[in-house]
Amino acid sequence: MTDLGAMYIGAGLAAIGIGLAALGVGNVFGSFLEGALRNPGAADGQQGRLFIGFAASELLGLIAFVVAILILFVVK
Amino acid sequence: MSAGKIDPMEQFKVEPVLGRHIDLFGYDISFTNSALFMFVVAALLFVFMVGGLQRKLIPGKWQLMVEGAVGFIDSMVNVNIGKGGKKFAPYIFSLFFFILFANLVGVLPLAVLPGLHTFAVTSHITVTAVLAFFSFGIVLAVGLIKHGFKFFSLFVPHGAPVWLMPVIVPVELISFLVRPFSLGLRLFVAMTAGHILLEVFGSFVVQGIAAGGPLGWVVSALSFAMIVGVSALELLVCAIQAYVFALLTSLYLHDAVHLH
Repeated sequence: MTDLGAMYIGAGLAAIGIGLAALGVGNVFGSFLEGALRNPGAADGQQGRLFIGFAASELLGLIAFVVAILILFVVK
Repeated sequence: MSAGKIDPMEQFKVEPVLGRHIDLFGYDISFTNSALFMFVVAALLFVFMVGGLQRKLIPGKWQLMVEGAVGFIDSMVNVNIGKGGKKFAPYIFSLFFFILFANLVGVLPLAVLPGLHTFAVTSHITVTAVLAFFSFGIVLAVGLIKHGFKFFSLFVPHGAPVWLMPVIVPVELISFLVRPFSLGLRLFVAMTAGHILLEVFGSFVVQGIAAGGPLGWVVSALSFAMIVGVSALELLVCAIQAYVFALLTSLYLHDAVHLH
């Protein structure tokens, strides 16, 4: 295997993390919606926490993206 | 773009507006497109605010928009910082609206006119990291001035058993020190990823038409539909990222003002 091929495979493997972060983000919003439909009165007060959870799980996916970009464009 | 290799990074290139580099003591201080678009964003924000400051008893549409914007930030500050948070409202306001306007100006489809290309200021980590370090510096300064050395009790959570301290304190310290990086990185990567996605599908459209044939047209049409969807998603991401940046800054300020 050439170095370039190995780089592309590595970047593709790093991209798996983005899909896993998608699971996490979906879980955050899904759980919020589940709770919000049971108690709509309390839902508005929790929106800040919703976005904190979203930001935390999204960040990990974005870091996976950064790793992929670093492999593709920075590693020589 | 010819049918060849797609270069999604070309759009993020920082270059002097007038095509001339100006050197000062070995540093390049030329007026770049990044600086130009920061001025554009600041000017738009200024016009938006000044247009709404009419102080009419019965507000018009514009004044209502500005009042809504101010009220939105005000309630965010009240909920998340609580008592003593009012004096941070101007900072949070500037942060939120600068990032929001910069994101939205960045996705304006002005590149369809030849020679025009909007530059997404927030797709550069130099810009977002400076904003994040501002937030982090304000948190540090407020915490240290208000509480002195008691500020470091932030790293000792309430109710944790004493024998866990050697583990918890370093972990809390690291999570505190990572904050500016995660804050800056999130905004930068979210914007960069969206712009790369748009660029890639945009060049699929051009290359599909250039290749010709029924298959080329199908690829172009599908890619164009994708661009429409991704653009809508990008608008949502622009707003969410600005909101998250302001929200996390106000949460960190809450820690600094109240120590848990």
